[in-house]
Amino acid sequence: MLSIENLHATVAGKPIIDGLTLSVPAGEVHAIMGPNGAGKSTLAYVLGGRPGYEVTEGSVTFDGQDLLSLEPHERAAAGLFLGFQYPVEIPGVSLLQFIRESLNTQRRARGEADLSGAEFIKLARAEAAELGMDAEMLKRPVNVGFSGGEKKRAEMVQMGIMRPRFAVLDETDSGLDIDALRTVGREINRIMRGKDKGVLLITHYQRLLDYVQPDKVRVLSKGRITRSGGPELALELEREGYAEAAA
Amino acid sequence: MTALPTRKLEAFRYADIDALSSVWEQLAAPENIEIAAHKKVQQIWLPNGEDIEVRRAEITLESGAEMSLFALNTARDYGRIELDVTLREGACFTLNAANIGAGESNLEIVTTVRHDEPSTMSHQVVRGVLGGKAVGSYLGKVAVARDAQQSDGEQSVKAMLLDRGATANCKPELEIYADDVKCAHGATVGELDPNQLFYAMSRGLDPASAKALLLEGFVMGLWDEAQDGDALREAARAALRSVT
Repeated sequence: MLSIENLHATVAGKPIIDGLTLSVPAGEVHAIMGPNGAGKSTLAYVLGGRPGYEVTEGSVTFDGQDLLSLEPHERAAAGLFLGFQYPVEIPGVSLLQFIRESLNTQRRARGEADLSGAEFIKLARAEAAELGMDAEMLKRPVNVGFSGGEKKRAEMVQMGIMRPRFAVLDETDSGLDIDALRTVGREINRIMRGKDKGVLLITHYQRLLDYVQPDKVRVLSKGRITRSGGPELALELEREGYAEAAA
Repeated sequence: MTALPTRKLEAFRYADIDALSSVWEQLAAPENIEIAAHKKVQQIWLPNGEDIEVRRAEITLESGAEMSLFALNTARDYGRIELDVTLREGACFTLNAANIGAGESNLEIVTTVRHDEPSTMSHQVVRGVLGGKAVGSYLGKVAVARDAQQSDGEQSVKAMLLDRGATANCKPELEIYADDVKCAHGATVGELDPNQLFYAMSRGLDPASAKALLLEGFVMGLWDEAQDGDALREAARAALRSVT
């Protein structure tokens, strides 16, 4: 479903991703773990198409399509969702308006009709309820004044409403307490488990993997994959640290 | 009729004197607005669609009166909103205004708020969205008289520049003779935040829609408290669309 071949990328001229190869077949959840500075967030931004993150070599294919040739909004319309480690605040724009305009722009790009106001509100309320999020929160400006946990829940509600086919989740577990962690894990399973869906779960810690069982775990170190394994690899990393595993 | 002002006058330092001279003859004396004691009023000033539009008012708020003014300044060539506001005891004046322009337009909001008596309040919020070679200015003077203790004058001015050729001028000014007052002012000039743009695009908004949404967020909060403000909101949205 997502296939990354020999990817090299630089940020401000500095090489960060250095020959990374991996693929995630449809129906699977893969975890990428690694120490700080390994290039985890850079990988997420490169997949999302963030300006300033330059691919110097290699390819990324998403369902046979050259992902790197698409603009960020075209990637979203193609079914890619990027969950941010630090979701961005947008004053003056309600979460509801933000998600509705984003979703309808995606739908138009795919040749689908806009959701009406009533259809959208119904969908948004249902998704908020799944998360245990107060529907009033949807009326607040995007991420403004949200706590760390609320921001991550807001990312999940966006993912739930947009129903992407593939999610790249960058440290969605950071800043969460244990209850929020459980909710977010459950939501990832609910929204993204399916035979035609896939997830790349980028995380520093093993704890989210207690709730979202990965099919594969990979260690990213110095911009490349140094180890691959099953869920047991995450437990080993937790026990022994990255220094051992990356060596 | 008084003589045509020159740019040497502080209140006209950014004015388009040529444009002003073309309307100066017909320009009526400032509109006189008096708000009776303890009365509450709201006014909405919409642009009338002329290329040059100058609107001036001398406003007096008697004791305990409250006025909210919502104003949109979008004239194609030259737009000037000029207010001279006098506050009596306990009066409260709020201004929420926007300069939105592109091309060669020169837009300015020039205010003097006189806190003449105690416990007066003024709150001015001005936003600018400027593209092309447009110039948007805010000159705001808050004068607090010796007797006007426990007064509160606040000015918040922010402008967003969409193109390299656009200019914003912000000059909040305080003249305070009382010692027990609160006066805050802040001014920022910036460009759209690339982090916000990328976040919006990663959710599916194309660059033009992402820009428009961010600018809408920047401006539309001004009108939250406006009663019957639909025409104002629609005019502001149309103005934003025309500059992006």
